[in-house]
Amino acid sequence: MVGVRASKAHRDEGIALVVLMSCSALFVIAIALILGFLAFNGTRLFWGDHYSPLKFLFGTDWDGFGGHYGAATFIAGSLVATGMAIAIGGPLGVAIGVFFSELAPKRVATAFKPAIEVLVGIPSVVYGWLGLTLLVPAIATVFHLPDGDGLLAAGIVLSIMILPTVISLSEDALRVVPNSLREGSAALGATRWETITKVLLPSASSGIAVAVILGVARAIGETLAVQLVLGNAAILPTSLLKPAAALTSEIVMDMGDAPDGSGFKHALFAMAFLLLLISMGLILLIRLALRRRT
Amino acid sequence: MIQSQPAAAPALADKMKIENLDIFYGTFQAMKRANLSVPDRHVMALIGPSGCGKSTFLRALNRMHDLTPGARVEGKVTLDGVDIYAPSIDPVTVRHRIGMVFQRPNPFPKSIFENVVYGAKIHGEKNPKRLAEIAEKSLRAAALWDEVKDRLSRSALDLSGGQQQRLCIARVLAVEPEVILMDEPASALDPIATSKIEDLIGELKRDYTVIIVTHSMQQAARISDFTSFFLLGELIEVGTTSDIFTRPRDKRTEDYITGRYG
Ligand SMILES: Nc1ncnc2c1ncn2[C@@H]1O[C@H](COP(=O)(O)OP(=O)(O)OP(=O)(O)O)[C@@H](O)[C@H]1O
Ligand SMILES: [Mg+2]
Repeated sequence: MVGVRASKAHRDEGIALVVLMSCSALFVIAIALILGFLAFNGTRLFWGDHYSPLKFLFGTDWDGFGGHYGAATFIAGSLVATGMAIAIGGPLGVAIGVFFSELAPKRVATAFKPAIEVLVGIPSVVYGWLGLTLLVPAIATVFHLPDGDGLLAAGIVLSIMILPTVISLSEDALRVVPNSLREGSAALGATRWETITKVLLPSASSGIAVAVILGVARAIGETLAVQLVLGNAAILPTSLLKPAAALTSEIVMDMGDAPDGSGFKHALFAMAFLLLLISMGLILLIRLALRRRT
Repeated sequence: MIQSQPAAAPALADKMKIENLDIFYGTFQAMKRANLSVPDRHVMALIGPSGCGKSTFLRALNRMHDLTPGARVEGKVTLDGVDIYAPSIDPVTVRHRIGMVFQRPNPFPKSIFENVVYGAKIHGEKNPKRLAEIAEKSLRAAALWDEVKDRLSRSALDLSGGQQQRLCIARVLAVEPEVILMDEPASALDPIATSKIEDLIGELKRDYTVIIVTHSMQQAARISDFTSFFLLGELIEVGTTSDIFTRPRDKRTEDYITGRYG
Protein backbone atom coordinates (compact mmCIF):
# COMPACT_ATOMS: atom_id res chain seq x y z
CA MET A 1 0.00 0.00 0.00
CA VAL A 2 2.71 2.37 1.01
CA GLY A 3 4.73 1.25 -2.00
CA VAL A 4 1.81 1.90 -4.35
CA ARG A 5 1.25 5.36 -2.96
CA ALA A 6 4.94 6.18 -3.15
CA SER A 7 5.16 5.09 -6.75
CA LYS A 8 2.03 7.10 -7.61
CA ALA A 9 3.59 10.17 -6.03
CA HIS A 10 6.69 9.39 -7.95
CA ARG A 11 4.76 9.19 -11.21
CA ASP A 12 2.91 12.46 -10.52
CA GLU A 13 6.16 14.15 -9.86
CA GLY A 14 7.53 12.81 -13.11
CA ILE A 15 4.53 14.15 -15.03
CA ALA A 16 4.83 17.56 -13.39
CA LEU A 17 8.48 17.66 -14.31
CA VAL A 18 7.76 16.84 -17.93
CA VAL A 19 5.01 19.50 -18.10
CA LEU A 20 7.22 22.17 -16.56
CA MET A 21 10.14 21.29 -18.75
CA SER A 22 8.06 21.41 -21.93
CA CYS A 23 6.63 24.79 -20.90
CA SER A 24 10.11 26.15 -20.35
CA ALA A 25 11.36 24.66 -23.58
CA LEU A 26 8.42 26.17 -25.48
CA PHE A 27 9.14 29.55 -23.95
CA VAL A 28 12.81 29.39 -24.85
CA ILE A 29 11.95 28.33 -28.40
CA ALA A 30 9.45 31.17 -28.75
CA ILE A 31 12.00 33.71 -27.57
CA ALA A 32 14.64 32.28 -29.87
CA LEU A 33 12.22 32.44 -32.79
CA ILE A 34 11.39 36.09 -32.09
CA LEU A 35 15.05 37.01 -31.77
CA GLY A 36 15.92 35.05 -34.91
CA PHE A 37 13.08 36.66 -36.84
CA LEU A 38 14.15 40.15 -35.77
CA ALA A 39 17.82 39.46 -36.47
CA PHE A 40 16.99 38.03 -39.90
CA ASN A 41 14.69 40.84 -40.98
CA GLY A 42 16.60 43.50 -39.11
CA THR A 43 19.80 42.85 -41.04
CA ARG A 44 18.11 42.09 -44.37
CA LEU A 45 18.45 45.72 -45.42
CA PHE A 46 22.19 45.23 -45.47
CA TRP A 47 22.63 41.79 -47.00
CA GLY A 48 19.38 41.68 -49.01
CA ASP A 49 19.06 45.22 -50.29
CA HIS A 50 22.79 45.96 -50.08
CA TYR A 51 22.20 49.18 -48.22
CA SER A 52 25.33 50.35 -46.39
CA PRO A 53 25.09 49.92 -42.60
CA LEU A 54 27.10 53.12 -42.22
CA LYS A 55 24.61 55.05 -44.32
CA PHE A 56 21.80 53.58 -42.22
CA LEU A 57 23.45 54.53 -38.93
CA PHE A 58 24.90 57.90 -39.86
CA GLY A 59 22.87 59.04 -42.88
CA THR A 60 20.20 61.68 -42.31
CA ASP A 61 18.45 61.23 -45.63
CA TRP A 62 15.17 59.42 -44.96
CA ASP A 63 12.82 58.74 -47.83
CA GLY A 64 11.23 55.35 -47.46
CA PHE A 65 9.74 55.20 -50.95
CA GLY A 66 12.74 56.88 -52.56
CA GLY A 67 15.25 54.31 -51.34
CA HIS A 68 16.96 56.52 -48.73
CA TYR A 69 17.17 54.87 -45.35
CA GLY A 70 19.42 57.10 -43.26
CA ALA A 71 18.12 56.59 -39.69
CA ALA A 72 20.53 58.96 -37.94
CA THR A 73 17.82 61.52 -37.23
CA PHE A 74 15.74 58.93 -35.40
CA ILE A 75 18.71 57.52 -33.56
CA ALA A 76 19.72 61.03 -32.50
CA GLY A 77 16.12 61.87 -31.54
CA SER A 78 15.87 58.75 -29.38
CA LEU A 79 19.23 59.38 -27.75
CA VAL A 80 18.59 63.06 -27.03
CA ALA A 81 15.09 62.47 -25.66
CA THR A 82 16.37 59.60 -23.50
CA GLY A 83 19.39 61.60 -22.40
CA MET A 84 17.13 64.45 -21.29
CA ALA A 85 14.85 62.04 -19.48
CA ILE A 86 17.81 60.66 -17.56
CA ALA A 87 19.38 64.07 -16.98
CA ILE A 88 16.15 65.25 -15.37
CA GLY A 89 14.59 62.06 -14.04
CA GLY A 90 17.79 60.38 -12.83
CA PRO A 91 19.01 62.90 -10.23
CA LEU A 92 15.46 63.89 -9.30
CA GLY A 93 14.39 60.28 -8.87
CA VAL A 94 17.44 59.40 -6.77
CA ALA A 95 16.92 62.54 -4.67
CA ILE A 96 13.28 61.63 -4.01
CA GLY A 97 14.37 58.05 -3.26
CA VAL A 98 16.84 59.43 -0.71
CA PHE A 99 14.08 61.55 0.77
CA PHE A 100 11.70 58.63 1.24
CA SER A 101 14.38 56.26 2.50
CA GLU A 102 16.41 58.55 4.76
CA LEU A 103 14.58 61.75 5.59
CA ALA A 104 10.81 61.34 5.47
CA PRO A 105 9.05 60.25 8.65
CA LYS A 106 8.16 56.60 8.46
CA ARG A 107 4.42 57.32 8.16
CA VAL A 108 4.93 59.56 5.13
CA ALA A 109 7.22 57.03 3.48
CA THR A 110 4.83 54.11 3.94
CA ALA A 111 1.95 56.20 2.61
CA PHE A 112 3.76 57.37 -0.50
CA LYS A 113 5.42 54.14 -1.52
CA PRO A 114 2.23 52.51 -2.88
CA ALA A 115 1.28 55.78 -4.59
CA ILE A 116 4.57 55.76 -6.45
CA GLU A 117 4.15 52.15 -7.42
CA VAL A 118 0.74 52.99 -8.90
CA LEU A 119 2.43 55.62 -11.06
CA VAL A 120 4.64 52.91 -12.59
CA GLY A 121 1.55 51.20 -13.91
CA ILE A 122 -0.15 54.19 -15.59
CA PRO A 123 -0.43 53.48 -19.34
CA SER A 124 1.93 55.55 -21.43
CA VAL A 125 -0.87 56.99 -23.55
CA VAL A 126 -2.06 58.78 -20.41
CA TYR A 127 1.32 60.41 -19.92
CA GLY A 128 1.44 61.34 -23.61
CA TRP A 129 -2.06 62.74 -23.52
CA LEU A 130 -1.28 64.86 -20.45
CA GLY A 131 1.90 66.05 -22.14
CA LEU A 132 0.03 66.99 -25.25
CA THR A 133 -2.75 68.89 -23.49
CA LEU A 134 -0.76 70.54 -20.68
CA LEU A 135 2.96 70.56 -21.42
CA VAL A 136 3.03 71.28 -25.16
CA PRO A 137 0.85 74.42 -24.93
CA ALA A 138 2.85 75.54 -21.88
CA ILE A 139 6.12 75.26 -23.78
CA ALA A 140 4.61 77.14 -26.72
CA THR A 141 3.55 79.95 -24.40
CA VAL A 142 6.79 80.16 -22.45
CA PHE A 143 9.04 80.19 -25.52
CA HIS A 144 6.63 82.12 -27.80
CA LEU A 145 6.41 79.34 -30.34
CA PRO A 146 3.56 78.41 -32.68
CA ASP A 147 3.95 74.80 -31.53
CA GLY A 148 5.34 73.41 -28.29
CA ASP A 149 5.96 69.87 -29.41
CA GLY A 150 9.52 68.69 -29.75
CA LEU A 151 12.42 67.25 -27.83
CA LEU A 152 11.92 69.36 -24.72
CA ALA A 153 8.34 68.15 -24.34
CA ALA A 154 9.37 64.55 -25.02
CA GLY A 155 12.28 64.75 -22.58
CA ILE A 156 10.08 66.12 -19.82
CA VAL A 157 7.29 63.59 -20.40
CA LEU A 158 9.83 60.75 -20.43
CA SER A 159 11.54 62.01 -17.30
CA ILE A 160 8.19 61.99 -15.48
CA MET A 161 7.47 58.52 -16.81
CA ILE A 162 10.75 57.08 -15.55
CA LEU A 163 10.60 58.88 -12.19
CA PRO A 164 8.50 56.27 -10.37
CA THR A 165 10.87 53.49 -11.48
CA VAL A 166 13.97 55.41 -10.46
CA ILE A 167 12.46 56.56 -7.15
CA SER A 168 11.19 53.17 -6.15
CA LEU A 169 14.32 51.22 -7.07
CA SER A 170 16.80 53.69 -5.62
CA GLU A 171 14.76 53.83 -2.42
CA ASP A 172 14.93 50.03 -2.25
CA ALA A 173 18.67 50.14 -2.88
CA LEU A 174 19.15 52.58 0.01
CA ARG A 175 16.90 50.68 2.38
CA VAL A 176 19.01 47.54 2.17
CA VAL A 177 22.13 49.44 3.28
CA PRO A 178 22.62 48.14 6.83
CA ASN A 179 21.68 50.52 9.61
CA SER A 180 25.06 49.86 11.24
CA LEU A 181 26.68 51.98 8.51
CA ARG A 182 24.36 54.90 9.27
CA GLU A 183 25.20 54.60 12.96
CA GLY A 184 28.91 54.15 12.29
CA SER A 185 29.00 57.29 10.22
CA ALA A 186 26.97 59.31 12.72
CA ALA A 187 29.20 58.09 15.56
CA LEU A 188 32.18 59.67 13.79
CA GLY A 189 30.49 63.05 13.86
CA ALA A 190 29.05 63.00 10.36
CA THR A 191 25.90 64.98 9.62
CA ARG A 192 22.95 63.23 8.07
CA TRP A 193 23.83 64.81 4.73
CA GLU A 194 27.45 63.61 4.93
CA THR A 195 26.26 60.13 5.81
CA ILE A 196 23.95 60.11 2.80
CA THR A 197 26.46 61.42 0.27
CA LYS A 198 29.62 59.74 1.54
CA VAL A 199 28.40 56.39 2.82
CA LEU A 200 24.85 55.54 1.80
CA LEU A 201 24.84 56.58 -1.87
CA PRO A 202 28.21 54.90 -2.57
CA SER A 203 27.05 51.77 -0.75
CA ALA A 204 23.87 51.70 -2.78
CA SER A 205 25.58 52.70 -6.02
CA SER A 206 25.05 49.45 -7.89
CA GLY A 207 21.37 49.36 -6.99
CA ILE A 208 21.01 53.00 -8.00
CA ALA A 209 22.82 52.27 -11.26
CA VAL A 210 20.27 49.55 -11.94
CA ALA A 211 17.45 52.02 -11.17
CA VAL A 212 18.84 54.53 -13.67
CA ILE A 213 19.57 51.94 -16.36
CA LEU A 214 16.02 50.59 -16.10
CA GLY A 215 14.91 54.22 -16.49
CA VAL A 216 16.99 54.47 -19.67
CA ALA A 217 15.49 51.23 -20.96
CA ARG A 218 11.99 52.47 -20.33
CA ALA A 219 12.69 55.86 -21.92
CA ILE A 220 14.35 54.57 -25.07
CA GLY A 221 11.63 52.01 -25.67
CA GLU A 222 8.75 54.37 -25.01
CA THR A 223 6.66 54.88 -28.12
CA LEU A 224 3.20 56.30 -27.72
CA ALA A 225 3.91 59.11 -25.28
CA VAL A 226 6.91 60.19 -27.35
CA GLN A 227 4.99 60.08 -30.57
CA LEU A 228 2.27 62.31 -29.14
CA VAL A 229 4.56 65.16 -28.08
CA LEU A 230 7.70 64.90 -30.24
CA GLY A 231 6.30 66.49 -33.41
CA ASN A 232 7.59 63.64 -35.58
CA ALA A 233 9.77 65.45 -38.08
CA ALA A 234 12.74 63.58 -39.52
CA ILE A 235 15.25 66.33 -38.87
CA LEU A 236 18.42 66.23 -36.81
CA PRO A 237 17.89 67.59 -33.29
CA THR A 238 19.65 70.95 -33.43
CA SER A 239 17.36 72.57 -30.89
CA LEU A 240 15.42 71.13 -27.99
CA LEU A 241 12.47 73.27 -29.01
CA LYS A 242 12.21 71.82 -32.48
CA PRO A 243 10.19 68.76 -33.42
CA ALA A 244 12.12 65.55 -33.96
CA ALA A 245 11.47 61.85 -34.40
CA ALA A 246 12.55 58.81 -32.46
CA LEU A 247 13.22 55.22 -33.54
CA THR A 248 10.10 53.98 -31.82
CA SER A 249 7.75 56.68 -33.02
CA GLU A 250 9.01 56.47 -36.60
CA ILE A 251 8.45 52.71 -36.75
CA VAL A 252 4.85 53.22 -35.66
CA MET A 253 4.31 56.07 -38.13
CA ASP A 254 5.67 54.17 -41.14
CA MET A 255 4.89 50.54 -40.57
CA GLY A 256 1.47 50.73 -42.20
CA ASP A 257 2.78 52.41 -45.32
CA ALA A 258 5.90 50.38 -46.00
CA PRO A 259 5.15 47.54 -48.46
CA ASP A 260 6.12 44.04 -47.37
CA GLY A 261 9.46 42.91 -48.72
CA SER A 262 10.54 46.44 -49.58
CA GLY A 263 13.77 48.08 -48.48
CA PHE A 264 11.54 50.53 -46.61
CA LYS A 265 10.10 47.72 -44.49
CA HIS A 266 13.54 46.24 -43.97
CA ALA A 267 14.84 49.60 -42.78
CA LEU A 268 12.06 49.70 -40.17
CA PHE A 269 13.04 46.18 -39.11
CA ALA A 270 16.63 47.33 -38.81
CA MET A 271 15.46 50.13 -36.51
CA ALA A 272 13.53 47.65 -34.38
CA PHE A 273 16.56 45.37 -34.27
CA LEU A 274 18.70 48.30 -33.19
CA LEU A 275 16.29 48.99 -30.31
CA LEU A 276 16.55 45.34 -29.32
CA LEU A 277 20.34 45.52 -29.34
CA ILE A 278 20.26 48.66 -27.20
CA SER A 279 18.00 47.08 -24.60
CA MET A 280 20.11 43.93 -24.59
CA GLY A 281 23.15 46.14 -23.99
CA LEU A 282 21.34 47.81 -21.09
CA ILE A 283 20.47 44.46 -19.54
CA LEU A 284 24.13 43.50 -19.82
CA LEU A 285 25.01 46.70 -17.97
CA ILE A 286 22.54 45.84 -15.21
CA ARG A 287 24.12 42.41 -14.86
CA LEU A 288 27.53 44.05 -14.57
CA ALA A 289 26.26 46.47 -11.94
CA LEU A 290 24.73 43.66 -9.92
CA ARG A 291 27.86 41.52 -10.23
CA ARG A 292 29.94 44.38 -8.85
CA ARG A 293 27.79 44.38 -5.73
CA THR A 294 28.93 40.90 -4.66
CA MET B 1 40.50 55.58 51.51
CA ILE B 2 38.60 54.82 48.33
CA GLN B 3 35.37 53.14 49.25
CA SER B 4 32.98 51.46 46.89
CA GLN B 5 30.60 54.33 46.32
CA PRO B 6 28.42 55.68 43.53
CA ALA B 7 30.74 58.49 42.56
CA ALA B 8 34.36 58.02 41.58
CA ALA B 9 37.19 59.01 43.90
CA PRO B 10 37.07 62.74 44.60
CA ALA B 11 40.63 63.37 43.43
CA LEU B 12 39.70 62.43 39.88
CA ALA B 13 38.17 64.99 37.55
CA ASP B 14 34.89 63.87 36.01
CA LYS B 15 34.93 63.70 32.23
CA MET B 16 31.27 62.76 31.97
CA LYS B 17 28.52 62.95 34.50
CA ILE B 18 25.14 61.30 34.12
CA GLU B 19 22.32 62.51 36.34
CA ASN B 20 18.84 61.04 36.72
CA LEU B 21 18.90 59.48 33.30
CA ASP B 22 15.62 57.99 32.08
CA ILE B 23 15.42 56.33 28.68
CA PHE B 24 12.22 55.22 26.99
CA TYR B 25 11.45 53.19 23.88
CA GLY B 26 7.91 54.37 23.19
CA THR B 27 6.20 53.78 26.52
CA PHE B 28 8.70 51.16 27.73
CA GLN B 29 11.18 52.56 30.21
CA ALA B 30 14.52 50.85 29.55
CA MET B 31 16.62 52.93 31.97
CA LYS B 32 15.48 54.34 35.30
CA ARG B 33 17.12 57.20 37.14
CA ALA B 34 20.72 56.29 36.40
CA ASN B 35 23.51 58.33 38.00
CA LEU B 36 27.16 57.89 37.11
CA SER B 37 30.39 59.87 37.10
CA VAL B 38 33.11 58.85 34.71
CA PRO B 39 36.60 60.08 35.62
CA ASP B 40 38.90 61.44 32.95
CA ARG B 41 41.38 59.05 31.30
CA HIS B 42 40.15 55.92 32.98
CA VAL B 43 38.28 52.86 31.79
CA MET B 44 34.73 52.42 33.03
CA ALA B 45 33.18 48.99 32.45
CA LEU B 46 29.42 48.48 32.26
CA ILE B 47 28.33 44.98 33.19
CA GLY B 48 25.03 43.23 33.79
CA PRO B 49 22.84 40.47 32.37
CA SER B 50 21.54 40.58 28.83
CA GLY B 51 18.70 43.05 28.30
CA CYS B 52 19.44 45.07 31.44
CA GLY B 53 20.00 48.25 29.40
CA LYS B 54 23.79 48.56 29.04
CA SER B 55 23.63 49.39 25.33
CA THR B 56 20.66 51.64 25.94
CA PHE B 57 22.65 53.54 28.56
CA LEU B 58 25.79 53.74 26.43
CA ARG B 59 23.95 55.05 23.38
CA ALA B 60 22.57 57.91 25.45
CA LEU B 61 26.10 59.16 26.07
CA ASN B 62 26.75 60.25 22.47
CA ARG B 63 23.13 60.98 21.54
CA MET B 64 22.88 57.88 19.40
CA HIS B 65 19.23 57.56 20.41
CA ASP B 66 18.55 60.60 18.25
CA LEU B 67 18.72 58.13 15.34
CA THR B 68 16.28 55.62 16.82
CA PRO B 69 12.64 56.45 16.10
CA GLY B 70 10.60 56.30 19.30
CA ALA B 71 13.55 56.51 21.69
CA ARG B 72 13.42 59.31 24.28
CA VAL B 73 16.09 60.41 26.73
CA GLU B 74 15.41 62.47 29.87
CA GLY B 75 17.82 63.68 32.51
CA LYS B 76 21.23 65.20 32.27
CA VAL B 77 24.42 64.01 30.58
CA THR B 78 27.38 66.35 30.80
CA LEU B 79 30.72 66.35 29.05
CA ASP B 80 33.22 68.58 30.84
CA GLY B 81 30.30 70.08 32.71
CA VAL B 82 28.26 70.95 29.61
CA ASP B 83 24.90 69.26 29.10
CA ILE B 84 25.09 67.45 25.75
CA TYR B 85 21.29 67.43 25.52
CA ALA B 86 20.97 71.19 25.89
CA PRO B 87 19.00 72.72 22.99
CA SER B 88 21.97 74.82 21.94
CA ILE B 89 24.20 71.77 21.50
CA ASP B 90 24.63 70.20 18.05
CA PRO B 91 24.54 66.40 18.38
CA VAL B 92 27.05 66.17 15.54
CA THR B 93 29.70 67.96 17.63
CA VAL B 94 28.86 65.72 20.57
CA ARG B 95 29.56 62.64 18.43
CA HIS B 96 32.74 64.22 17.16
CA ARG B 97 34.01 64.48 20.74
CA ILE B 98 32.54 61.19 21.95
CA GLY B 99 33.35 58.36 19.55
CA MET B 100 31.69 54.96 19.49
CA VAL B 101 32.76 51.44 18.57
CA PHE B 102 29.94 49.00 17.98
CA GLN B 103 29.42 45.39 18.91
CA ARG B 104 29.70 44.20 15.33
CA PRO B 105 32.47 45.66 13.20
CA ASN B 106 30.83 48.04 10.73
CA PRO B 107 33.49 49.17 8.25
CA PHE B 108 32.22 51.19 5.32
CA PRO B 109 32.40 49.45 1.94
CA LYS B 110 35.42 51.55 1.05
CA SER B 111 39.17 51.04 1.14
CA ILE B 112 41.00 50.60 4.44
CA PHE B 113 42.53 54.05 4.00
CA GLU B 114 39.19 55.72 3.22
CA ASN B 115 37.67 54.11 6.30
CA VAL B 116 40.34 55.48 8.61
CA VAL B 117 40.34 59.01 7.25
CA TYR B 118 36.56 59.20 6.85
CA GLY B 119 36.01 61.25 10.00
CA ALA B 120 39.07 63.42 9.51
CA LYS B 121 37.92 64.27 5.99
CA ILE B 122 34.45 65.11 7.20
CA HIS B 123 35.90 67.44 9.78
CA GLY B 124 37.71 69.38 7.11
CA GLU B 125 41.14 67.79 6.65
CA LYS B 126 41.94 67.82 2.93
CA ASN B 127 45.73 67.73 2.80
CA PRO B 128 46.69 64.27 1.43
CA LYS B 129 49.94 64.25 3.40
CA ARG B 130 48.17 65.03 6.65
CA LEU B 131 45.55 62.40 5.90
CA ALA B 132 48.24 59.80 5.28
CA GLU B 133 49.83 60.73 8.62
CA ILE B 134 46.51 60.50 10.41
CA ALA B 135 45.86 57.09 8.84
CA GLU B 136 49.24 55.71 9.90
CA LYS B 137 49.04 57.12 13.40
CA SER B 138 45.54 55.82 14.00
CA LEU B 139 46.25 52.39 12.52
CA ARG B 140 49.39 52.12 14.66
CA ALA B 141 47.44 53.12 17.75
CA ALA B 142 44.87 50.46 16.93
CA ALA B 143 47.63 47.85 16.49
CA LEU B 144 46.65 47.25 12.89
CA TRP B 145 49.30 49.14 10.94
CA ASP B 146 51.73 46.26 10.41
CA GLU B 147 49.00 44.01 9.10
CA VAL B 148 47.54 46.43 6.56
CA LYS B 149 50.27 48.91 5.64
CA ASP B 150 50.83 47.24 2.26
CA ARG B 151 47.20 47.11 1.28
CA LEU B 152 45.65 50.37 2.39
CA SER B 153 43.77 50.71 -0.87
CA ARG B 154 42.15 47.28 -0.58
CA SER B 155 38.55 47.01 0.52
CA ALA B 156 38.04 47.02 4.27
CA LEU B 157 35.49 44.26 3.81
CA ASP B 158 38.32 41.83 2.91
CA LEU B 159 39.77 42.09 6.42
CA SER B 160 39.06 39.48 9.11
CA GLY B 161 36.49 40.29 11.79
CA GLY B 162 39.15 41.16 14.35
CA GLN B 163 41.00 43.37 11.89
CA GLN B 164 37.75 45.05 10.92
CA GLN B 165 37.03 45.82 14.57
CA ARG B 166 40.50 47.30 15.07
CA LEU B 167 39.93 49.29 11.88
CA CYS B 168 36.72 50.63 13.39
CA ILE B 169 38.69 51.62 16.50
CA ALA B 170 41.34 53.29 14.31
CA ARG B 171 38.55 55.11 12.51
CA VAL B 172 37.34 56.52 15.82
CA LEU B 173 40.86 57.44 16.97
CA ALA B 174 41.42 59.35 13.72
CA VAL B 175 38.82 61.93 14.67
CA GLU B 176 40.59 62.44 18.02
CA PRO B 177 37.60 62.21 20.31
CA GLU B 178 37.91 62.73 24.05
CA VAL B 179 35.71 59.84 25.10
CA ILE B 180 35.40 56.45 23.41
CA LEU B 181 32.29 54.37 23.95
CA MET B 182 32.58 50.66 23.18
CA ASP B 183 29.65 48.26 23.09
CA GLU B 184 31.05 44.76 23.55
CA PRO B 185 33.75 45.43 20.98
CA ALA B 186 35.21 41.94 21.30
CA SER B 187 32.05 39.87 21.42
CA ALA B 188 32.31 38.75 17.80
CA LEU B 189 36.04 38.02 18.00
CA ASP B 190 38.26 35.05 18.79
CA PRO B 191 40.51 35.04 21.90
CA ILE B 192 43.60 36.31 20.07
CA ALA B 193 41.79 39.24 18.49
CA THR B 194 40.09 39.87 21.83
CA SER B 195 43.36 40.09 23.70
CA LYS B 196 44.71 42.50 21.08
CA ILE B 197 41.71 44.73 21.63
CA GLU B 198 42.09 44.48 25.40
CA ASP B 199 45.76 45.48 25.20
CA LEU B 200 44.71 48.35 23.01
CA ILE B 201 42.17 49.60 25.54
CA GLY B 202 44.92 49.61 28.15
CA GLU B 203 46.90 51.90 25.86
CA LEU B 204 43.96 54.10 25.05
CA LYS B 205 43.28 55.24 28.59
CA ARG B 206 46.45 57.27 28.58
CA ASP B 207 44.81 59.68 26.16
CA TYR B 208 41.13 58.87 26.28
CA THR B 209 38.27 58.20 28.62
CA VAL B 210 36.87 54.79 27.74
CA ILE B 211 33.41 53.51 28.63
CA ILE B 212 33.01 49.89 27.66
CA VAL B 213 30.12 47.43 27.82
CA THR B 214 31.25 43.88 28.33
CA HIS B 215 29.61 40.55 28.96
CA SER B 216 32.77 39.04 30.29
CA MET B 217 33.55 39.73 33.90
CA GLN B 218 37.14 38.62 33.47
CA GLN B 219 37.42 41.17 30.74
CA ALA B 220 35.99 43.90 32.95
CA ALA B 221 38.44 42.87 35.67
CA ARG B 222 41.38 42.91 33.27
CA ILE B 223 40.83 46.20 31.55
CA SER B 224 38.77 48.55 33.67
CA ASP B 225 39.48 50.89 36.56
CA PHE B 226 35.84 51.28 37.49
CA THR B 227 32.86 49.04 37.01
CA SER B 228 29.14 49.74 37.11
CA PHE B 229 26.59 47.00 37.44
CA PHE B 230 23.20 47.24 35.72
CA LEU B 231 20.12 45.15 36.36
CA LEU B 232 16.66 45.42 34.80
CA GLY B 233 17.07 48.99 33.61
CA GLU B 234 18.69 50.23 36.78
CA LEU B 235 22.24 51.13 37.63
CA ILE B 236 22.69 49.18 40.85
CA GLU B 237 26.23 49.90 41.92
CA VAL B 238 29.40 51.68 40.86
CA GLY B 239 32.86 51.33 42.31
CA THR B 240 36.46 50.62 41.56
CA THR B 241 36.69 47.38 39.66
CA SER B 242 38.51 45.62 42.48
CA ASP B 243 35.84 46.66 44.99
CA ILE B 244 33.00 45.55 42.75
CA PHE B 245 34.56 42.16 42.23
CA THR B 246 35.86 41.58 45.75
CA ARG B 247 33.51 43.48 48.06
CA PRO B 248 30.28 44.41 46.31
CA ARG B 249 27.98 46.33 48.61
CA ASP B 250 24.73 45.37 46.98
CA LYS B 251 23.40 41.84 47.35
CA ARG B 252 22.30 41.81 43.69
CA THR B 253 25.79 42.70 42.49
CA GLU B 254 27.22 39.95 44.62
CA ASP B 255 24.67 37.45 43.28
CA TYR B 256 25.52 38.36 39.71
CA ILE B 257 29.25 38.13 40.23
CA THR B 258 29.24 34.95 42.26
CA GLY B 259 26.44 33.43 40.19
CA ARG B 260 28.76 33.24 37.26
CA TYR B 261 31.96 32.34 39.01
CA GLY B 262 31.05 31.08 42.50
N1 LIG C 1 15.11 49.97 19.70
C1 LIG C 1 14.45 49.43 20.74
N2 LIG C 1 13.11 49.49 20.80
C2 LIG C 1 12.44 48.95 21.84
N3 LIG C 1 13.02 48.33 22.86
C3 LIG C 1 14.35 48.23 22.87
C4 LIG C 1 15.14 48.76 21.80
N4 LIG C 1 16.45 48.51 22.07
C5 LIG C 1 16.45 47.85 23.24
N5 LIG C 1 15.20 47.68 23.73
C6 LIG C 1 14.85 47.03 24.99
O1 LIG C 1 15.49 47.72 26.03
C7 LIG C 1 15.99 46.82 26.99
C8 LIG C 1 17.48 47.01 27.17
O2 LIG C 1 18.13 46.65 25.97
P1 LIG C 1 19.68 46.81 25.75
O3 LIG C 1 19.96 46.49 24.34
O4 LIG C 1 20.10 48.13 26.23
O5 LIG C 1 20.24 45.67 26.70
P2 LIG C 1 21.75 45.22 26.92
O6 LIG C 1 22.01 45.30 28.36
O7 LIG C 1 22.64 45.95 25.99
O8 LIG C 1 21.66 43.68 26.51
P3 LIG C 1 22.78 42.78 25.79
O9 LIG C 1 23.78 42.49 26.85
O10 LIG C 1 22.03 41.57 25.38
O11 LIG C 1 23.33 43.56 24.65
C9 LIG C 1 15.62 45.42 26.50
O12 LIG C 1 14.46 45.01 27.17
C10 LIG C 1 15.35 45.61 25.05
O13 LIG C 1 14.38 44.68 24.60
MG1 LIG D 1 23.84 45.41 24.30
